[in-house]
Amino acid sequence: MGILSHPIAVIATWLRELFLGWGLSEGLTTVLLYLIGAGALATLVQVWVIFLIWFERKIIGRFQDRLGPNRVGPYGLLQPFADLIKIITKEVIIPRDADKAVYLLGPIIMDAGVLAIWAVIPLMPMVGMDVNVAALYTIAVGAFATLGILMSGWASNNKFAMLSAFRTVAQMIAYEVPTVLALLIPVMLAGTMSLQGIVEAQHVWYIVFAPLAFVIYFIASVAEVGRTPFDLLEAESEIVAGFHIEYSGMVFAIFYVGDFLHAFTIGALGAVLFLGGWRGPGAEAFPLLGLLYLWIKAFLVYFLVVWARGSLPRVRIDQMMNFSWKFLTPLALVLLVVVAVLDRFVVDLGLWGRALSHLMANVVIGWLVLRYLDHYDKVRESKRQMVAQPGQYPVARPPVPVETPTEAAS
Amino acid sequence: MTAMQIIFLITAVVTLFAAFRVVTTPNMIHAALWLIVALFGVAVFYLLLQASFLAMAQIIVYIGAIAILMMFVIMLTRREMRDRGPQTGSQWPWAAVLSALMFGGIVWMVNSTALPASPVADVPETSIADLGRALVNPNGFVIPFEVASVLLLAALIGAVFVAWTRRHS
Repeated sequence: MGILSHPIAVIATWLRELFLGWGLSEGLTTVLLYLIGAGALATLVQVWVIFLIWFERKIIGRFQDRLGPNRVGPYGLLQPFADLIKIITKEVIIPRDADKAVYLLGPIIMDAGVLAIWAVIPLMPMVGMDVNVAALYTIAVGAFATLGILMSGWASNNKFAMLSAFRTVAQMIAYEVPTVLALLIPVMLAGTMSLQGIVEAQHVWYIVFAPLAFVIYFIASVAEVGRTPFDLLEAESEIVAGFHIEYSGMVFAIFYVGDFLHAFTIGALGAVLFLGGWRGPGAEAFPLLGLLYLWIKAFLVYFLVVWARGSLPRVRIDQMMNFSWKFLTPLALVLLVVVAVLDRFVVDLGLWGRALSHLMANVVIGWLVLRYLDHYDKVRESKRQMVAQPGQYPVARPPVPVETPTEAAS
Repeated sequence: MTAMQIIFLITAVVTLFAAFRVVTTPNMIHAALWLIVALFGVAVFYLLLQASFLAMAQIIVYIGAIAILMMFVIMLTRREMRDRGPQTGSQWPWAAVLSALMFGGIVWMVNSTALPASPVADVPETSIADLGRALVNPNGFVIPFEVASVLLLAALIGAVFVAWTRRHS
C-alpha cells in the first residue's frame, strides 16, 4: 500500500498508530480520526471556493465580452485573495432590531448544509463515507441550506429579506419533488442508494441510460441552489438583495462561499450520479487519478450552471412554480414509471442492450414532450388578444372605466 | 465510558434542553427552531441505533415540515410573534401531577425490565433492502402501505379541489 495508490488510507493508518501510541482507546481514536477527516474535508472544500470564484468571474466575463479579473497576479488568479482581505477587514453590522442569535446562526447553518453533502460524495475508490442511504442523505441535509436562508431572512427584520425567505420556501418545496424523482432513476438503475455503489455500477454512464433524468436533475437542482434563471430569492430588481440584504463583512462572506460551493456541489453530485463519478481509465489502480476525473466532470456540470447564469434572464415567480408543478414533476413521474417497467424487461439484454433500450425510451419521451410543448405554444398563441393598439387608445392605459374628476366635483 | 456513550449523553442533554425550550420560550419562531434541534437530536438517536433510513426520513419530513410551520407562524400571528400572557393554563398543577406520574411509571417500567447487557443481534447490512421488500410483500405491509398511499392521494385531491378556481368563460 503505497502513498500514491492509497494516500488517504496511508495517512489514516499513520494517524491511528500515532494516537494508539499515545495511549488513547480504540473508540476514541476512531472518533478523533472521523473528526480530523471531516475537518480536513470541510476546510479543503471551502478553500477551493477561492478558486471557484475566480473561475466563475472569468467565465462570466467571457460571456459578457469582457476579460474578467486580470490585474492581480497571473490571469488575475490572486484577485479572490484581494477580495478576501477586503471582506475580512469590513465591519460586521448587525441591525438593532434583528434577532441576534438567529441572525448569526442563519449563514452558518446554510453553509453547514452544503458542506454536509460532501461527507458522502465518493471522491475516489474507497474514499468517502459509504453510507447505504447516501442518496436520501443528500436530500435531507439539503433542507438545512434552505432553513438557514429562511432563518436569516426572518431574523434580519427587513421586509425584503422576509419576502425572500417566503420565496425560498416556495421554491424549495416545488423543486425538491423533481430532484428526488430524478435522483431515484440512478438509484433504481444501480439498485442501491449508496453513492459509492452507484458509481461502481456505472459501467456505462447513466447519462446514456437516462439523459432526460439528468436534464431534470440539473434544472431542479439549479433551482434549489437559487441560481440564475431561478435566483428569485435575491432578485435585485424586485427585493434589492433578498435574504442577505442586512449582512455585511465576514457574515455575508459565509453566504457567498455557501452559494458558490452549493453550485459546485450539485456539479459534483451530478457527476457522481450521471457521469460515472471517479470512473475513468486507470482510476482503480491509482485512486488519485479518480479524484482528478471526478473533479473534471464536476467542473463540466458546474460550467453548465455558469453558462445558464451567463445567458438566461430571470424567470417570473409564477412561471417558476408552474414549470416545476405542471411540467418537471409530471415528466419526472412518467420517466420514473417508464424506467421502472422497462428495466424489468431489458435487464437480461446485457449492458449495452439495456443502455440502448433505456436511451430509446428517453428519446421517445423527449420527442413526445417536444411535440406537446409545440402544441401548447400554438394553443397559447391562438388565445392571445390585443390589449392595446397605437392610434386608437394609448398602450399605457388599458380600457378600464375611469371616473372623470369633473363629474365627482359637480 | 466509550465514545458512543459520550456522543449519546451529549445528544440526550441537547435534545432534552431543546425540548424544554420549545415549551418555555415566548417567541414562536424560537420555539419552532428549538423543535428542529430536538427532532434532529432524535434523528441522531436513530443513527446511534443504526436505523439510518429512519434517521434520514426523520430529517427530511420534520426539518422540511418545520420550515413550512414557521411560515405559517409568521403569516398567522401578529407582528410581535410573542406570547405576552401567562405561559401556563389554569390546570397546570393537574398536568404536572399527571406527567410526573407518567414519568415515574416509565422509570419504574424500564427499571423492572431485565435488559441484555450486550446487543442481542447485529443489525444486518441490507436492512433498507429488507424494509423495501417488506413494504411491497403481500405477507408484509403492502396493505397498510397502500391504504396510506390512498389516504394521501385523497388529501391531495381534496387540496386541489379546495384551491381550484372555476374559470368563468
